[in-house]
Amino acid sequence: MGRPLQLSAKEDINRRMLRARDEMDRRYAEPLDVPTLAAIAHLSASQFGRVFKDVYGETPHRYLQRRRVERAMTLLRQTDRPITDVAWDVGFASLGTFSRTFSNIVGLSPSEFRAQHAPVAVPSCFIATWTRPREQQRRPTSEPGTTAVSEKREDPDAD
Amino acid sequence: MTTNHITSLHIRSVPVLDQDEALDFYTTHLGFEVRDDIDLGFMRWLTVGVPGQDTSLLLELVGGPQHDESTAAQVRELVTKGALGGVFLLSDDVHATYAALRDAGVEVTQEPVEQPYGTDFGIRDPFGNHVRVSQPNVAAPEQVQDAYDAAATK
Repeated sequence: MGRPLQLSAKEDINRRMLRARDEMDRRYAEPLDVPTLAAIAHLSASQFGRVFKDVYGETPHRYLQRRRVERAMTLLRQTDRPITDVAWDVGFASLGTFSRTFSNIVGLSPSEFRAQHAPVAVPSCFIATWTRPREQQRRPTSEPGTTAVSEKREDPDAD
Repeated sequence: MTTNHITSLHIRSVPVLDQDEALDFYTTHLGFEVRDDIDLGFMRWLTVGVPGQDTSLLLELVGGPQHDESTAAQVRELVTKGALGGVFLLSDDVHATYAALRDAGVEVTQEPVEQPYGTDFGIRDPFGNHVRVSQPNVAAPEQVQDAYDAAATK
């Protein structure tokens, strides 16, 4: 190893944001710690959210929600832990917020999801990657051709 | 079943942004051996593999003539975002492997986690490619599925 890796400015910011996103993946059950994540990415806390959205297309808060919901989906699918415990395990402080967020992202309530999905035996990283809910999986809030209703924002720190 | 005479998986390409950096990571940190390091003029053919095992990784520099400048830039962006595929390795002592890589300063994406199929952890190579290291347990695939089923129904 000799000279430092040559990256364009865009690639360098991608790489730094990937380190921050990996940290979010590791600490998904903890509150979003923007100052720490920003330090990992060598950015100011005020820059972090905007740059994260530029790179990954969503806010850090929304990414963390989807990460937590993906973990919750795995726990609901693979274990018999009570739903309240699952909510707590993945970082939600209240069952109500968990249920609303889960239903909003997945389109099913946690109990409906558990009833409809059996355990699967593939490496955990693939389960994490391929079951991470996309935004468009949210339950439709209006009939086709009509104006969609905005997502409810009941989380006090929602983006 | 179609008989097509394929006998093994021989080489898998990993997109890298600097071949010297890649060579250092995959040999020094992961213990791979160099299989080929040939200057073909139009490209550096650089393959590495786990000693005693046949499959090789081609550490392929992004930006060859198969990509125009714009496409190469897009691929480089995807690599650095962590959006491309990964490499899956086996270890006979996953905790020792993890400790050595962590102590060497390799980027860890996930600490070792016990799974029904064994124990595994994740790291990234210098460019953002995901590398997963696993130590399978002795369970057969049916036993792994049974373990998942039991956890869900007990």
